[in-house]
Amino acid sequence: MTAAGGTVHWAADADEANRIVTRLVRETGETEVVKVKSMATQEIGLNEALEEAGIRAYETDLAELIVQLGADRPSHILVPAIHRNRGEIRAIFAREMGRWGRPAPDGLTDSPRDLAEAARLHLREKFLRAKVGVSGANFMVAETGTLVVVESEGNGRMCLTLPETLISVVGIEKVVPTWRDLEVFLQTLPRSSTAERMNPYTSTWTGTTDTDGPRAFHLVLLDNGRTDTLADEVGRQALRCIRCSACLNVCPVYERAGGHAYGSVYPGPIGAILSPQLRGTASEIDASLPYASSLCGACYEVCPVAIDIPEVLVHLRERVVQGGEVTRRGVKVTLKPAKGHAAERAAMRAAGLAFARPGVLRAGLRLASRTRRFHPRTLPGPGRAWTATRELPKVPAESFRDWWQRTGGGKDDGRGGK
Amino acid sequence: MIGKEELAMRVALFPTCVNDTLYPDTGRAVVKLLTRLGVEVDFPMGQTCCGQAHYNTGYRHQAEPLARRFSDVFGSDAYDAIVTPSGSCGAMVRELYPRMGERARAEGRGDGLARRLAPVVPKTYELTEFLVDVLGVTDVGACYPHKVTYHPTCHGLRSLGLGERPARLLRAVKGLELVELPGAEECCGFGGTFAVKNPDVSAAMGADKVRHAESTGAEVLCAADNSCLMHIGGTMARLRTAVRPVHIAEILASTEEEPLS
Repeated sequence: MTAAGGTVHWAADADEANRIVTRLVRETGETEVVKVKSMATQEIGLNEALEEAGIRAYETDLAELIVQLGADRPSHILVPAIHRNRGEIRAIFAREMGRWGRPAPDGLTDSPRDLAEAARLHLREKFLRAKVGVSGANFMVAETGTLVVVESEGNGRMCLTLPETLISVVGIEKVVPTWRDLEVFLQTLPRSSTAERMNPYTSTWTGTTDTDGPRAFHLVLLDNGRTDTLADEVGRQALRCIRCSACLNVCPVYERAGGHAYGSVYPGPIGAILSPQLRGTASEIDASLPYASSLCGACYEVCPVAIDIPEVLVHLRERVVQGGEVTRRGVKVTLKPAKGHAAERAAMRAAGLAFARPGVLRAGLRLASRTRRFHPRTLPGPGRAWTATRELPKVPAESFRDWWQRTGGGKDDGRGGK
Repeated sequence: MIGKEELAMRVALFPTCVNDTLYPDTGRAVVKLLTRLGVEVDFPMGQTCCGQAHYNTGYRHQAEPLARRFSDVFGSDAYDAIVTPSGSCGAMVRELYPRMGERARAEGRGDGLARRLAPVVPKTYELTEFLVDVLGVTDVGACYPHKVTYHPTCHGLRSLGLGERPARLLRAVKGLELVELPGAEECCGFGGTFAVKNPDVSAAMGADKVRHAESTGAEVLCAADNSCLMHIGGTMARLRTAVRPVHIAEILASTEEEPLS
């Protein structure tokens, strides 16, 4: 890539990446950039960092535009504005476009064609004016130093070819060795994300060329917790993710909770295993994410790169409740168990003790059977989480093991056995 | 069907702690069914719990003694197979016990755990799997004249790959009309401690499952795991639906002479 005229920068974390990009934009003397939809720049909060430096970043992907104009947050990796309906989008366009550039046409309707045309006209102005483009990349091909962006609107192609300077922020896990390897992903990504057999706009570029495209190209290689994640034998498989969103689309929890509930630019099952690894489990939201799953396994079933998401979720639950050794900035540290799990820990220990002694278990079961008439239908405290919407199972008069013993394995019982 | 004169199979029954304590009828049904099919059933009294709830909630180290106990109790050569009427507990032994052994090894604790758990892994079967794959039967001589819909529970479906086995067994039941459940492969929302850690989402998933079950017009929603049915059935009872939950073992145990009460 360097041989092809590009400049490579390394960023250990979000702050460093933001500083590098801000400096590079400043060096051009420009105060605005156009952006290709990119998860890595969302992850590091680049738009906000540029804003603080007096540089305005314009999102050009249709859904990211809706999110940006609505002062909103993305709720899906592939379709960030999926939580908005067309009526809301019409209102956002009509209200906000004028403040950002070319206003929406008068009498804008909520028909998809009208909304797309309003976005086209609004964005065209940005494409033609911008001198700096900022992108991520879906893949980097090591053998030739080539970056690849996979998109479906053509806005990416505009941002990658029209500006004089192109800055790409890319996670270090995006490298594939050869074009042969890329071929596999160019099939799996569209099929798993949009069910398309082939992606509409696939742009590849290698450094700069004298005759066309940007004169200057900068690659910012982003670590931001990835090397630490790689150090974890179970958790590292999350780095295989190609951001296709298949796990979000099939997840019953995502479907009902929505993307914003995950408190991260990576929502859904992949977010639940990626965020607590990239950011750590210190915050309340990150410590709760591994529990945002019934472990139904639908995500693992559809994942094109076979990330065993349930396995990593359970692994991270263990990290939350038990603590343990993790790598942070290349150094092994021992985490303490997270707070707020005392009652659960005590319950698990009590269950463990009872299950270690069948006699204790049996005594407990008999006590439960004898007192069963007095069992309440609703429970206080944490138990209410069950009884608010569900009846409790009735405790039977006799446990299976008591029946087995009383009847000699069902032989003396009219109801079971021979 | 295997005749009694050919009695050769001796199985250890692992009803699971949930069925032992809350749903003994399911355990009794398995005994009745397997005995009818000529299988000798034993219930090792030292058994308690496979450790799934501990493991899946993040308490792997606390699950290890339970797994060791399971293996000690069930690992005897005297048993040809270990049979459990639960997809998730079956998956715990078959899929997660080997993983526990691997993790212990990765933590520098040697091969001890892996070796101790190894005997039970290949011979543990979920009930429908045991019937179809080991006994080679799909018609178990059952009679259950009701309209039934079947919910494939997640771990049975995805971890064990039960596939068509439960449906094949149900279709062979005399008088039983099997109707398809819309959205059958979507999780019911139980998920062990998920049900109380994320109660709103869990309840929403449960309500959707119940709504789908009602839409079939079936009298009974059947599944091969009572933990899921505890959640679905608890939701049904609260919503006062016409459809009710029944474990597949109780349907397969039901006969014309001794119908399910």
